[in-house]
Amino acid sequence: MADIIWVYGEVVDEAVTSTTLEMVTKAAEVGTAEVVLLGPAPEGAMELLGQHGASKIYRSPDPVFRDYLTLPAAAVVEALIRQHKPAAVLFASSYGGRDVAAAISASLDCGAITDVADFTLANGTIEAKIPALGASYWNTSTLAHDDVKILLVRPKAFEPASNPRTAAVVEVAAPDDADLCKVRVKGKVAAKAEGPQLDGANVIVSGGRGLAGAENFDMLRELADLLGGAVGATRAVVDSGWVPYSLQIGQTGKTVKPEIYIACGISGAVQHLAGMKDSKLIVAVNKDADAPIFQMCDLGIVGDVFKVIPQLIEEIKARK
Amino acid sequence: MDIVVCGKIIPASTVTIEIDPATKRMIRKGVAHELDPAAASAVEEALRLMEQVGGTVTLVTMGFNQITIGIRTALAMGATSAVHIFDDALAGSDALATAKALAAAIRKKPFDLIICGTESSDSYSGIVPGQIARLLGVPPVTFANEMAVEGSTLSIKRQSETGYDVVEADLPALVTVTSGINEPRYPQLKGIMSAKRKEILQYSVEDLGLTPDDVGEPGAREKVLEVGRPAQREAGDVVEDDGEGGKRIADFLAEAKVL
Ligand SMILES: Cc1cc2nc3c(=O)[nH]c(=O)nc-3n(C[C@H](O)[C@H](O)[C@H](O)COP(=O)(O)OP(=O)(O)OC[C@H]3O[C@@H](n4cnc5c(N)ncnc54)[C@H](O)[C@@H]3O)c2cc1C
Ligand SMILES: Nc1ncnc2c1ncn2[C@@H]1O[C@H](COP(=O)(O)O)[C@@H](O)[C@H]1O
Repeated sequence: MADIIWVYGEVVDEAVTSTTLEMVTKAAEVGTAEVVLLGPAPEGAMELLGQHGASKIYRSPDPVFRDYLTLPAAAVVEALIRQHKPAAVLFASSYGGRDVAAAISASLDCGAITDVADFTLANGTIEAKIPALGASYWNTSTLAHDDVKILLVRPKAFEPASNPRTAAVVEVAAPDDADLCKVRVKGKVAAKAEGPQLDGANVIVSGGRGLAGAENFDMLRELADLLGGAVGATRAVVDSGWVPYSLQIGQTGKTVKPEIYIACGISGAVQHLAGMKDSKLIVAVNKDADAPIFQMCDLGIVGDVFKVIPQLIEEIKARK
Repeated sequence: MDIVVCGKIIPASTVTIEIDPATKRMIRKGVAHELDPAAASAVEEALRLMEQVGGTVTLVTMGFNQITIGIRTALAMGATSAVHIFDDALAGSDALATAKALAAAIRKKPFDLIICGTESSDSYSGIVPGQIARLLGVPPVTFANEMAVEGSTLSIKRQSETGYDVVEADLPALVTVTSGINEPRYPQLKGIMSAKRKEILQYSVEDLGLTPDDVGEPGAREKVLEVGRPAQREAGDVVEDDGEGGKRIADFLAEAKVL
């Protein structure tokens, strides 16, 4: 019998997250995929999960899961795991997923593997691939016990695909315990979305400290516009406040896999590479010939971004 | 207010960390160590709070015996005292075993608030704080870009996919802070001098009421089976800009059919 693999489903900004769909697709490939989906969800969410391979959905639409962080969800998922004993539970390496997984891994004393890029499950044994130390190593890890295997999965680890099932929906009760309502969400503030989103962009023009200032990102925005792409950045730049965190690419930012990644004034620290090294083609412009980014790009120009990028912009305009 | 900061002392940022293929662990012996930048941010946040409302800041760290230098940095910044958990039996601990040891040490004294980094800079599992919170039965309040305490209520701006959420909990609680939350202060001479006289309590596994089976290699749920190097991406053409660099990229983009 196929192993039962659960996915902790998440809704962000009124949509089922792409990492949820990626994990459901993978779970249905490896075993029987079932989803736990707690809190308000958009219309059509159950069908969407079924389309990606979910056979069953444990479901409560109760707003308690949205209005109080971690504790209500952890209590319900923990109780469901004890009752149904799935072989594994996949959580996204996201704000919500990480907190719930951490709580459950402690209360069930089962531990967890984090930052999972791929895994196999055979006869109850899990083997997970993890890019360690900013992807300078690949580790293979297992969880050495017979309990449920908890994995925190990297975004974009798997391709979402259609694999239609009719998902049976099993209602679960929301907890009725004031003790679980300790972490209160008082309000949500959306940052002004800046330009096209990195997720799903075919071309990404990314800037680092070599850009020398916030104002110079206009040049990258113009280039990204011309190529129908989005702008990204390194943490150094985000920490300096030049661009918002939503643009950060890397280990503690977004993972991207565009067709073309153009790195401008970026040194290529392992933590940055961790988020973009699976791009199909990488172009780098840096004035330092020894910058590590040159060791992994398809085309590298050793030069000044303030000369090379304006010329590129003019050239594209001329050719259009 | 009695504040506990959980912070790691890790290989210095100038060190390229390697994994020992035999033990499958990071090589720490003989490597320069420093206070994790994530821990420095947590210490800074704790100090600001202590300066506001009074009380103590205790750094709790688990790590091998050669990390006193990093502990002194936290004390020189202004932390009141430190607890150093070390024991050969701890080698090979996974996140949960680490959380068990830290929770056991924290439990020894009353506290109002625990501050952790969202992730450590070397292992970055990100789950140790949530596990500590669960083991101690305090609410986890995570990913703070800003935090404040009013009376006995902690409130934070919690980073979200789309911006931030305003989140609250009553103390005692555990909060994790992001690297962007503050600019940690540099230790000043006076702080460095007084740090030498501050107490560093040392705990062994036994002191914590744990057995060697709870922690280290025997206690770890996660086992590393294999370590390897990823296939290197082959470097393509790297050329000096001869004044035509922009055009060269345009040609490349045309060839790749994005132009
Ligand atoms: C736990 C942890 C997590 C991290 N997570 C991330 C992450 O998610 N994402 C991330 O990006 N970083 C992350 N970092 C930070 C990372 O280590 C690097 O510090 C950061 O990526 C460096 O950014 P940079 O390349 O913009 O800056 P630098 O390393 O300072 O590089 C700037 C480059 O610009 C070049 N340059 C300067 N002027 C010019 C010019 N006129 N023309 C051309 N080139 C020029 C320089 O030669 C240099 O190579 C993390 C670090 C830690 C410890
Ligand atoms: N060995 C340790 N000693 C003290 N604190 C730790 C240790 N390991 C993890 N932590 C705390 O847990 C946070 C997250 O670490 P990690 O789960 O390793 O990403 C860190 O920022 C620290 O606050």
